[in-house]
Amino acid sequence: MEFPFTTAAYVVAAVLFILSLGGLSGQESAKRAIWYGVVGMALAVLATLFGPGAGLWWLSILLIAAGAAIGVVVAKRVQMTEMPQLVAAMHSLVGLAAVFVGYNAHIEIGRVASLFAEAGVPFPLQDGLAAEALASAEAVSEQFRGFAALVAHKSQAEINVLRLELFLGVFIGAITFTGSVIAYGKLSGKVTSAATKLPGGHMLNAAAAGVSLICLFWYFGTGGFFPLFLMTLCALFIGYHLIMGIGGADMPVVVSMLNSYSGWAAAAIGFSLSNDLLITVGALVGSSGAILSYIMCKAMNRSFVSVILGGFGGAQGEQQAVEGEQVAIDADGVAQALEEADSVVIVPGYGMAVAQAQNNVAELTKRLRAQGKEVRFAIHPVAGRLPGHMNVLLAEAKVPYDIVLEMEEINDDFPDTDVVIIIGSNDIVNPAAQDDPNSPIAGMPVLEVWKAKNVFVSKRGQGTGYSGIENPLFFKDNTRMFYGDAKKSLDDLLQKIS
Amino acid sequence: MGPGSGNGEGPPVKIGTPKETAPGENRVAMTPDSAKMLQKLGHDCLIEAGAGEKAGFLDDAYRDAGVTVVDGPDALWSEAEIIAMVRPPSEEQVNRLDETKTLISHFYPGSNEELMKLAASKGASVIAMDMIPRISRAQKMDALSSMANIAGYRAVIEAGNNFGRFFTGQVTAAGKVPPAKVLVVGAGVAGLAAIGTSTSLGAITYAFDVRPEVAEQVESMGAEFVYLDFEEEQADGSESGGYAKPSSPEFQEAQLAKFRELAPDMDIVITTALIPNREAPELWTEDMVKAMKPGSVIVDLAAERGGNCKMTVKDERVVTDNGVVIIGYTDFPSRMATQSSTLYATNVRHLMTDLTPEKDGAVNHDMEDDVIRGATIAHKGEVTFPPPAPKTQAIAAQKPKPKEKEKTPEEKRAEEMAAFKAQTRSQVTLLGVGGIAMLAVGLVAPPSFLQHFIVFVLAVFVGFQVIWNVAHSLHTPLMAVTNAISSIIILGALMQIGSGSFLVILLAALSVFMAAINIFGGFLVTRRMLAMFQKS
Repeated sequence: MEFPFTTAAYVVAAVLFILSLGGLSGQESAKRAIWYGVVGMALAVLATLFGPGAGLWWLSILLIAAGAAIGVVVAKRVQMTEMPQLVAAMHSLVGLAAVFVGYNAHIEIGRVASLFAEAGVPFPLQDGLAAEALASAEAVSEQFRGFAALVAHKSQAEINVLRLELFLGVFIGAITFTGSVIAYGKLSGKVTSAATKLPGGHMLNAAAAGVSLICLFWYFGTGGFFPLFLMTLCALFIGYHLIMGIGGADMPVVVSMLNSYSGWAAAAIGFSLSNDLLITVGALVGSSGAILSYIMCKAMNRSFVSVILGGFGGAQGEQQAVEGEQVAIDADGVAQALEEADSVVIVPGYGMAVAQAQNNVAELTKRLRAQGKEVRFAIHPVAGRLPGHMNVLLAEAKVPYDIVLEMEEINDDFPDTDVVIIIGSNDIVNPAAQDDPNSPIAGMPVLEVWKAKNVFVSKRGQGTGYSGIENPLFFKDNTRMFYGDAKKSLDDLLQKIS
Repeated sequence: MGPGSGNGEGPPVKIGTPKETAPGENRVAMTPDSAKMLQKLGHDCLIEAGAGEKAGFLDDAYRDAGVTVVDGPDALWSEAEIIAMVRPPSEEQVNRLDETKTLISHFYPGSNEELMKLAASKGASVIAMDMIPRISRAQKMDALSSMANIAGYRAVIEAGNNFGRFFTGQVTAAGKVPPAKVLVVGAGVAGLAAIGTSTSLGAITYAFDVRPEVAEQVESMGAEFVYLDFEEEQADGSESGGYAKPSSPEFQEAQLAKFRELAPDMDIVITTALIPNREAPELWTEDMVKAMKPGSVIVDLAAERGGNCKMTVKDERVVTDNGVVIIGYTDFPSRMATQSSTLYATNVRHLMTDLTPEKDGAVNHDMEDDVIRGATIAHKGEVTFPPPAPKTQAIAAQKPKPKEKEKTPEEKRAEEMAAFKAQTRSQVTLLGVGGIAMLAVGLVAPPSFLQHFIVFVLAVFVGFQVIWNVAHSLHTPLMAVTNAISSIIILGALMQIGSGSFLVILLAALSVFMAAINIFGGFLVTRRMLAMFQKS
């Protein structure tokens, strides 16, 4: 990168990317932050196009334009409820791109080596070569442009590091690719959301990882294509099997983790291409995704490792049996309770997203607020299938964000709340997390909705949540079940409330 | 004890409520609603004809609720096994008791010792509603609180009835009306109820209590707490906690001086100050009454125990020479008989629920139970008053708080130091391990790699620092944006697309294409999401 303009542009772009992520600390500054990201990306792409090594401008620009067209259409068309799938699908593209770029680096090394061999010069260059050998090497190097030229000047140690880097880039990229595809399938309901494993479980993953490690040494020794290819297959399998083994409830963590992986893949590729901007941004994305996963795991009181290894950790001892019965209520009953209530808290969950009920919820909120009632939303950190999922849906339905509160902000207010309406959430309001030390979700912080005077649960049927755990909340004396599709139920309810 | 007590056999226990005999008493200890709930416990209910009439509950309403209406007290007292009443029993009524009967009523055993002994000698069980311990589990049966609540409310209403002006300030075409100023002395249950009523009517309300820790409760009800210029003694008061206790002469001096200062400004004064088992303290002296404006009203809720104002006449409304009305009624709950009967009947019903744990109509007079033991003053021929200290302390829940406060300065610092040390240790360890790892890498890796590696480590560090601040609700936009940014991989593809090899060009071109989808899709979706966040 001995091209001052490019380097300067990269510095500016890196700063812009950092500002872009930092700006997301607040709703208002976030709107500005996104433009920092856009400008940074534009700068980076332009600088690379004008910088050394790039060629085939027209092809590049044409491809970018075509990609842009598709990207714009997808972004415009996607429903807010499908956001998790979209993000997962996009991660798979980054993963695949990383794999391709890594392969290219490998091919370029091979190409350079073979041309050097033709010219009769040892590759990589060694110290103490005769002057004429150097001259002929120089002549061969002259033929190369861009990345290949860079490779041509590398020493043996550098080539080794380069191989390590591209190997890592391909490995992470491949895991990201299949992992994201599976995550997409699970989130969009195309693949079963239950945690399924092939016989052998984690041993298969470990075996695949072991094979990959052997491939690494093999690749170091020979530089051949086969070990790289074999490792890619292993990585693709790990990505597939790892994510298949994780239940739907943990998808928020998975998506964020894949996000992190795609960053690390970009950073590894950045190393092999000696591109500082790629390294910087890859590391930024990688670390931010890791932090986000960590924050979410903490919110669920789960260790990151146990989430990644799939399914809930084995519960010790018997779970408490739930006694009592679930009492149903109809729209009239809910409407009457709402009529008498002063303070209402709505707890949305994935069910609201599935039923596309956010607009009805917003309408209900509007009407209740017009009657002078205090209406607030309680959002659990892992509600939905993506961190912040509920916030986005409610924002789409134009629910003002200042009545949308986090768990810590609202948990103490439940004893003073008249009515809590739970729309399609289950595990995040499960009192067993506090009461039953043998529950698989024991210790996970939950919304203490059962302390409110009345709790209404809008739910499709008597089934359990994603974690498959019985919820004692539904059997409590102050809980009434408002069965039916959330959207339909709220439609009925809205007719009773003016 | 009644037949069937302690076991599930025998016919259901009959609960009866006679007509109150005290003159002017309008309340009744059973309502049709409470009777329905009692029947659900498996009991039969009886009521003397006309008992609920003054409280607005007619005999027919009782009949509809499945209650047997009997004529005259004789029939009732002979048939019922548990008798629920409001007022303490007369001697005649106590004489009707025998070992099969349980009496539930107010009793004031401290001042009615003779009657208590008589009841015990009859072998009857007596549960005094005024002796229910003040622990949180027993709040649902705490008749004193529910009656005090009504008294506080009614005191304000009575004051308004005798006060010639609005409570709330108004600016009307016919002139400006200043808001009434109300002083509530004593912020117990009655005091707080009075404060709430007064503020909701629009008066400017002040409140005083010898326990400065109730200032928060007072302020939460919308009144202003009157602080004394007496720092030392007030600090002492907060340590004592719990109930009001007699205060030092200096404190009383400061308190009276404050009242004297307030008296000319106050339109309505409601005094509720009572100290357990003592005569009511004099808080509103004659000179204060004289300093008040004509037409001002004093409601003395302590009139029963001699009054907080010595000019109060029990059960009467007097007007002083300077035109100040002093109300000394003691029957405020009875003046709202429907409401107070409903609450009292509910208290009794909750007590019966605790006495009938199996809900099978069998009474289990469990003397091991804190609440039942505390309220029972006569059982199986013996006087059981005063009760032993309850196992659950009423004040226990409050006491730990001041203790925690006390230990704060040093302990907190020590804790902070410990936390700081732990953090330092873990950070130093991390840095040390990281540093050694870096050195190890530096020994083997070529210099060009290390240059990039520094950039990498710094970027990871920046990423960690930046993301902690991202708002929770923005995590989805964050993911979308990092996703868009991660398509920076396009740079790699762009650098390779100029290669001479066809295969490389093909793969690079595909990568450029995919990354471009991601860039535009990612940013646009993020923008769409963020645009939706709006304030109300």
